[in-house]
Amino acid sequence: MIRLQDITKVYPMGKRELTVLSGVNLNIKKGELVAIMGPSGSGKTTLLNLIGCLDKPTSGSYYLEDREVSRLSSNELAQVRAQKVGFVFQTFNLLPRLSALANVELGMRYAGGSDRSQALEALAKVGLSDRANHRPTELSGGEQQRVAIARALVKKPPLILADEPTGNLDSRSGEEIISVLTSLHAEQGITLLMITHDANIAHHCQRIIHLKDGEVVSEESI
Amino acid sequence: MKKDQLKKWLEPLETAWVGVATHKLRSSLTILGIVIGVAAVISLMSIGRGAEAQIISNIEKMGSNLITIRPGSFTFGGVRGGVSETLTMEDAEAISQQVPYISAVASSYSSNLQLVMGGENTNAQVNGITPEYMQINNMKVASGASFSEQDYQRGAKVAVFGANVAKTLFGNAPPIGQQMRMGTIIVYVIGVLESKGTRFNSPDDAVYIPLAAMQQAVAQPRTPQGGRIVTAISLTVSDQSQTQNVIDAITSLLRTSHKLAASADNDFNIMSTEEIASTLSETMGTMTLLLGAIAAISLLVGGIGVMNIMLVSVLERTREIGIRKALGARERDIWLQFLIEAAFLTFAGGIIGVVLGWVVAYLVSSMGLMTTVVTADIVILAVSVSIGIGLFFGFYPAWNASRLNPIEALRAE
Repeated sequence: MIRLQDITKVYPMGKRELTVLSGVNLNIKKGELVAIMGPSGSGKTTLLNLIGCLDKPTSGSYYLEDREVSRLSSNELAQVRAQKVGFVFQTFNLLPRLSALANVELGMRYAGGSDRSQALEALAKVGLSDRANHRPTELSGGEQQRVAIARALVKKPPLILADEPTGNLDSRSGEEIISVLTSLHAEQGITLLMITHDANIAHHCQRIIHLKDGEVVSEESI
Repeated sequence: MKKDQLKKWLEPLETAWVGVATHKLRSSLTILGIVIGVAAVISLMSIGRGAEAQIISNIEKMGSNLITIRPGSFTFGGVRGGVSETLTMEDAEAISQQVPYISAVASSYSSNLQLVMGGENTNAQVNGITPEYMQINNMKVASGASFSEQDYQRGAKVAVFGANVAKTLFGNAPPIGQQMRMGTIIVYVIGVLESKGTRFNSPDDAVYIPLAAMQQAVAQPRTPQGGRIVTAISLTVSDQSQTQNVIDAITSLLRTSHKLAASADNDFNIMSTEEIASTLSETMGTMTLLLGAIAAISLLVGGIGVMNIMLVSVLERTREIGIRKALGARERDIWLQFLIEAAFLTFAGGIIGVVLGWVVAYLVSSMGLMTTVVTADIVILAVSVSIGIGLFFGFYPAWNASRLNPIEALRAE
């Protein structure tokens, strides 16, 4: 599903250059549930952004479903994101002026068009049918993150990427979110990549990838 | 499939509407700039158009196929250059006999005379006229009677008053049958003319008596050759397409009979109403354009306001743009969204502006300040210009928004 070959990412920082990823090789099979761990500054988020086609590597090749996507134009990448990738962010990133339902519908907007019944279905899957018309500010953090998950999964993407999905939540809501994510993974066979600091959460996954200073230092299967 | 296509078009519109509706105060302030601009265009243009229409209708009241010949070399704003006593009754007769395509010719001799009625003493322009004059100049009697054939022949001492003069002189008292001294004669008022409501050389402000009576009231001067001098010759053309030929024929006839050298200027001038109308409406057209241009400046300022707001809006919604991009929005989706939003604002402003401008135009004309005409072309122009302004001034902010890097945009506060 995901194949990274010698991926590097270098950011220009004024006159110097900042190497965030240096030669990452990674294979992730379809339907896997993978955690990415590592200290801050280790390049986790950059790696996730590259995998999610939000960014392009400086060098190396990235095959997503056997398609080389590392050299695509920004519009082509946008279409890959629309069709293939669902994002779940640490800060939820819902649009504050829209209802939960409208936020979920937005998830399909660029993937071929909104469909209210599918959006309602996605909200039901995360257990928020009764909150469809509430705005994000009227929801708890855990509920907001569940809306965000519904938004990511409503277009039925093969890949969901979560960047510290529980980072802004208390531990009880965090566990709820993890159980929502893992059960979605179990039911729908979605490939799920998750950045986390929490070893307990990571142990819900099938594989843990440890990152340090822009390199994969170890992988453990659970 | 068709429903999907429709949705594809409706979704950006809906998104733009949400963008506008969620920032109500800001949106309405932005719209206000456009509203004022468009309203100014509509009301000022309608005033210009109204003035134009009024002038044309005034001229039509004068008679649209009318040609007037006056002595002197050149007339502008009532100031006449050259010798003022060159036209004669004989010229008028020659014209009516020799020039083709003329349906009627009249001469008039005008003088400012003192009117004495009881103890009252006023001055008015008195015109001695020949029988065809009233018909040629499109004048009708509103009350009382006009002159009969015999009045003209005998020089009956009877007068028809212009509406304004009658009102000034007699107030609410009935003018018909009143008697007054006019120069050296006593005249009876037999009729009052319909008001034309015009200001330019208006018959409303004059008194009319038969030319033969005028010759008794004042001595009509004569040229050295013995011609009876008149102050104007007016005539109607039977075929309007021949107006210019008629003018040319009269010019050469009068130059010959006045024995003018080839190098000399005409000692008379000929004006057709057609010519006056085209000159005036051209002038008014320029005025209207000028008014429109001034109003357009305020529209431009409104447009800059739209750009300003859109730039702020893009900045404020950077994170939203990042989210949309992460969800798979292409550059086109983003700039389309902001462009539609800008066009939506200016379109709404345009519509409200049209209504407001219309109301202003209506108030101006209903208060009697000026006649206004709101025409469809002005409305279409104003609305399409306002949408155009939205697209033009919205383009840069929209393009800026579409070029944002999604990762940086997501990190924005």
